[in-house]
Amino acid sequence: MRVMAQMAMVMNLDKCIGCHTCSVTCKQAWTNRSGVEYVWFNNVETRPGQGYPRTYQDQEKWKGGWTVKRGKLKLRSGGRFKRLAQIFSNPNLPTLQDYYEPWTYEYDMLLSSPLGEHTPVARPKSLITGKNMKIEWSANWDDDLAGGPELAPKDPVLVKIKDQVGDRVKMEFEQAFMFYLPRICEHCLNPACVAACPSGAMYKRSEDGIVLVDQDQCRGWRMCVSGCPYKKVYFNHKTGKAEKCTMCYPRIEVGLPTVCAETCVGRLRYIGLFLYDADKVTAAASVENEHDLLQAQLDLLLDPNDPAVQEAARRDGIPADWLDAAQRSPVYKLAKVYNVALPLHPEYRTMPMVWYIPPLSPVVDALRDTGNDAEDVDNLFGALDTLRIPIEYLAELFTAGDPAPVQSSLRKLAAMRSYMRDVNLGREPRPEIPAAVGMTEESIYEMYRLLAIAKYEDRYIIPKAHAETARDLEELACAVDYDGDPHDASGPFGYASGRPVPVAVETFHALKERQTSEVLIPLDAVRMNLRSWGGGGQSDDE
Amino acid sequence: MTASEILLWVALPYITIAVFVTGTVWRYRYDKFGWTTRSSQLYERKLIRIASPIFHIGILAVLMGHVVGLLIPESWTNAAGLSEDAYHLMAVGIGAVAGVCTLVGVSLLVYRRRTTGAVMAATTKNDKTMYVFLIAAICLGLLTTIIGSGVLGDGYNYRETVSPWFRSIFLLNPQPELMAESLPSFQVHAVAGMLLFIIWPFTRLVHAFSAPFGYVFRPYVVYRDKGPHDAGNHAPKRGWEKVG
Ligand code: HEM
Ligand code: SF4
Ligand code: SF4
Repeated sequence: MRVMAQMAMVMNLDKCIGCHTCSVTCKQAWTNRSGVEYVWFNNVETRPGQGYPRTYQDQEKWKGGWTVKRGKLKLRSGGRFKRLAQIFSNPNLPTLQDYYEPWTYEYDMLLSSPLGEHTPVARPKSLITGKNMKIEWSANWDDDLAGGPELAPKDPVLVKIKDQVGDRVKMEFEQAFMFYLPRICEHCLNPACVAACPSGAMYKRSEDGIVLVDQDQCRGWRMCVSGCPYKKVYFNHKTGKAEKCTMCYPRIEVGLPTVCAETCVGRLRYIGLFLYDADKVTAAASVENEHDLLQAQLDLLLDPNDPAVQEAARRDGIPADWLDAAQRSPVYKLAKVYNVALPLHPEYRTMPMVWYIPPLSPVVDALRDTGNDAEDVDNLFGALDTLRIPIEYLAELFTAGDPAPVQSSLRKLAAMRSYMRDVNLGREPRPEIPAAVGMTEESIYEMYRLLAIAKYEDRYIIPKAHAETARDLEELACAVDYDGDPHDASGPFGYASGRPVPVAVETFHALKERQTSEVLIPLDAVRMNLRSWGGGGQSDDE
Repeated sequence: MTASEILLWVALPYITIAVFVTGTVWRYRYDKFGWTTRSSQLYERKLIRIASPIFHIGILAVLMGHVVGLLIPESWTNAAGLSEDAYHLMAVGIGAVAGVCTLVGVSLLVYRRRTTGAVMAATTKNDKTMYVFLIAAICLGLLTTIIGSGVLGDGYNYRETVSPWFRSIFLLNPQPELMAESLPSFQVHAVAGMLLFIIWPFTRLVHAFSAPFGYVFRPYVVYRDKGPHDAGNHAPKRGWEKVG
């Protein structure tokens, strides 16, 4: 046994209202620069829907993640030699069109147009070419089932279900269900992005399992982008380097939750530690039957209250306060103790570490629409057995298509709902409800505290990084310079080359430039910064 | 030996080597963050699917050809029982195919840069300069192949002049007279090549030094400790950063 610690997240999907606050605050913190205009480390997609980038879940097409061939784990895009042979042009790389072409508007036209008969319009301008463009897609174009009948059926998950159960989807799809799926990098235990990187620039931090790209070592081979089945590594087309969700490690290191979690309106995100057995990861990811992957993944997670595990953890250098945090970890409780949280697409075999509590609301809504009491436990259990399509859909997302774990998780949520209704209405609590889902009255109440009351200090149990092991906390740096020709503005050898400038200095320059400039600032010369944005930041028409 | 001959065939080669080596070391230390292929595949994938592999396979074959043709003395291949005619035929055959691939590839790449708006917008002055030198070297190189092979003119055995001169530079015993007596086409190509190597460290071409052969030998999943400075990309300096 080799014990390692993993910082992980759980999201309670029932509470997500699809407000995109998480995406916006994340973007403002991390990807408000040119080169990553199209990048959302955190995105929220409506399901059913095509996702971002479009149809990323169709691994027949994009070849992300791992497969098992004759008991051996292999990257789906092929072996090492094949990848090197394809280095000159990567056949599985999405293009900007698969994400979307980022744009801004000619806001200045609204103010500076001469008086005329027609109202001036602010035309959309591509942030890539600076030219006028037609907006045809975005990071959440099919938000809230927009374009439903036309766009949603191209959802790879729906397509897969349809192959299995035929026309029934279409019919029952008419009684539409919908929920939101917020996504960040999964900080996988068996990361395909890291495995695909030819230069070894991507790595998993041994202290907390956060997966990062070493910007100084990345050489722009762009194999990680296609290697990740969740498409959560992005190519900065200005710097020529890969970038990804950092799990806000500068915040995590000082015990703060990530920006997306901190700002989540639904307060649905939980962050804490897992202890896992690093020696068993490859074996767990290699189990033949896809339906066994969830259990294999759960089996990797070690019980932090088990004295043998504690002993091994101490031996492997896990500090005492981390062990303590692991014992109080909300994610461990939700994934392993209550067993309600499920990983996203375990069949990609990356052992993802962002877990989801499946939403009960599609079922509740359907029940309510039929005029039934949607909080009655028997009605709910009945609906869970009969409402096949939402369940199969969720199973396709979270359990490689096995409905049983999804049903079990939803039954627990339904039981919690009914049991707590009696408590809250001052009626006699019914112990047979928790018993029906294999829980006790105490445990269902604790789960209720964690899921429904969801206190800040219960949602985030984040031990600080240890000063004696941490690097000097230095400011993140970003290479941008504002002298000289705006086209190569940013460095002697192209955008962002040369010695990086610390962010504070860079922001200082950008602000000064923006506040003192008479003209629109060329698009590749500045960071897009919503906080200090003056509506400029685009090049001239030509 | 005129002064210009000394300049071209003794001074320039040593300047090239000096700039190429120190420039690369300096660039690596100064600009690890700018050391990348700067891939443009995100903007456009159809043309690059053909152009980039043809070009790269071509140019790598051309590089191999240069190594063999310039470094291995004629006496060695003779001793190995490979007659001059046979060697010549082989070299010209492979060289021509590789050269044509390179030229077609690079033409497609440049065409793609000119015609795809996004790629054009991402093309820097540095890229344009690099392409001028690169294409000049490639075209002049193809010309020497045509002339040397006798397709045009009488044919020419560069392994009696150019190659010994090339080796003499590295043996620190420069023999400019050998190069001075070779054909003008070879002379111009050699100069173009040296100029390309002089600008090399300062262009995107540095990505060629990072060819990731180590990938074959390393474990799939890489773990790293949060050691000093490995996640940030800038070592803290003493005192205050200069602001403004
Ligand atoms: C084994 C060594 C090499 C590897 C692995 C390699 C790989 C690459 C890759 C991945 C790209 C980016 C393609 C894209 O836009 O997605 C690229 C571009 C390029 N490479 Fe190489 N390269 C190598 C050697 C060379 C050499 C020796 C030269 C020239 C002497 C060269 C010249 C170029 C040029 C000019 C481009 C830009 C293509 C464009 O116009 O977009 N490469 N290379
Ligand atoms: S989800 Fe994150 S850690 Fe997993 S493969 Fe993708 S980028 Fe890598
Ligand atoms: S901020 Fe929270 S509620 Fe809003 S979309 Fe993001 S995850 Fe959902």
